Amino acid sequence: MTSWEIFLQQLFNGLLVGSFYGLVAIGYSMVYGIIKLLNFAHADIYMCGAFSGLIILGFLNPYVGNEWLGIIIALLLSMVLVGLLGVVIQRVAYRPMLKAPRLSILITALAVSMILYNTVLLMTQGQYKPFTTGLTHESFYIGALRMTETRMVLLLAALVLMFLLHMFITRTMYGKAMRAIALDRDTCQLMGVNVYMIIAITFFVGSALAAAAGIMAGVYYGTVHFFMGFLIGLKAFTAAVIGGIGIIPGAMLGGLLLGLLEAFGTQIPFIGSSWRDVFTFVFLILFLIFKPNGLLGRIESERM
Amino acid sequence: MSETILELKNLETRYGQIYALRGINIEVKKGEIVTLLGANGAGKSTTLKTISSLVPASEGTVKYFGEDITHSAPYSIVEKGLIHVPEGRMIFKELTVLENLELGSFTLKDNIERKKRINRVCELFPVLKERQKQMGGFLSGGEQQMLAIGRALMTEPKILMLDEPSMGLAPIIVQNIMDIIKQINSEGTTILLVEQNAKVALKLADRGYVLETGEIVMEGNADVLSTDESIVKAYLGE
Repeated sequence: MTSWEIFLQQLFNGLLVGSFYGLVAIGYSMVYGIIKLLNFAHADIYMCGAFSGLIILGFLNPYVGNEWLGIIIALLLSMVLVGLLGVVIQRVAYRPMLKAPRLSILITALAVSMILYNTVLLMTQGQYKPFTTGLTHESFYIGALRMTETRMVLLLAALVLMFLLHMFITRTMYGKAMRAIALDRDTCQLMGVNVYMIIAITFFVGSALAAAAGIMAGVYYGTVHFFMGFLIGLKAFTAAVIGGIGIIPGAMLGGLLLGLLEAFGTQIPFIGSSWRDVFTFVFLILFLIFKPNGLLGRIESERM
Repeated sequence: MSETILELKNLETRYGQIYALRGINIEVKKGEIVTLLGANGAGKSTTLKTISSLVPASEGTVKYFGEDITHSAPYSIVEKGLIHVPEGRMIFKELTVLENLELGSFTLKDNIERKKRINRVCELFPVLKERQKQMGGFLSGGEQQMLAIGRALMTEPKILMLDEPSMGLAPIIVQNIMDIIKQINSEGTTILLVEQNAKVALKLADRGYVLETGEIVMEGNADVLSTDESIVKAYLGE
């Protein structure tokens, strides 16, 4: 491969993996923005999304002839189901803690995370499950870029979801209220905003996007297991910090950027792909030291 | 006498062990401008926050059109037509002026009606129309106050509660704001105005209450209060 081909290939890989990070990072960022919680359980929501997709797909496969149709139905259904799971978790575990000190709710999130992945661990005996989709992985070339249909659709789907989310938060009243609550919860109540309802919607949207990312990752990597959320959770968190935690476009940007950094980082001589994760977290540390507000974050200033 | 639409009875609010309100009684009648006067820490803001349920009342009741709303959720109080413009204006600085106004009508589902109301508010405050695409934080203090009032008007409230709208503003801007409050009132909205600037408030108001450390120490018609010696001494600085 010429260096131009490698560049194109890594650009595409980076964008694809980065869009998974972005979709998960959005959930971290939205929840942090609205209730200032680092939702550790979010990575497990992503894992639950992958498993629920796999189960639904298992049910559907005998009935649906077209592979893509089956995946799309499984994706949408899982997004709704896991979105509701997010709402239930929020209602049962986090809402009673909203007025408690910040540390209490953080510990609650850790507990929720453990409950989720241990449940799946019990159900799967910790085995890797093949994510069988029936899709062909035949490759073809677009110019110098080697491509499969699957990867193209995945990237496209991720971008569509991000675009829809962007429309939701900028164009609808619920989206606007979500951003307003992140700025000032009390004043929102004075506008007649039912803050608890908006928090629930936030969890629904964030969890649904994580579920979508989980299924996409299942399709992309071909296997799922109970601990699959751990690493991507850390990376999505990194992406959220890079973009500016609490800022939704920042999460998308941070995710894509991190994906690209990883893809190109593995191309540096003597640093092979085994150093990829080191690469990511070095970036996290650098950002936390030099730009803790992230790329799109502003330094908060108070004006009377 | 016109109908009483807001009635506080023996209202008591505590922050932990500290009493902010010690059983106050206030009545607001339809179409009135009623002012709450008092020094810092007298309990004026707490009164408004208790009415809008941002802080819970520990004793007593808030009645609105005869209905007990003491323990209603804040959003449902807004839906009933009682709007509280908080101290310090509290506009959303990182949202645009237009988005601020739209959020004011969050309870409204009808987008056409929302646009109509935005136009009406922009007629009242032309400066908001000019700057509707700008971030709220870029507005001057007076403009932010106008935005805060405009945002509250988006619900078409029956009672507008204003917490120190004159705070930190130049005298000429204060007069401007007071004129607008007068105009809003003349169009049929009842006003409950909290002020430290007693002179300005009494000029505008029909009736007033004076709060001191959580208790009402005086009440009466504005013209009577503004000639009362102790008030003149304490709040008018003459």
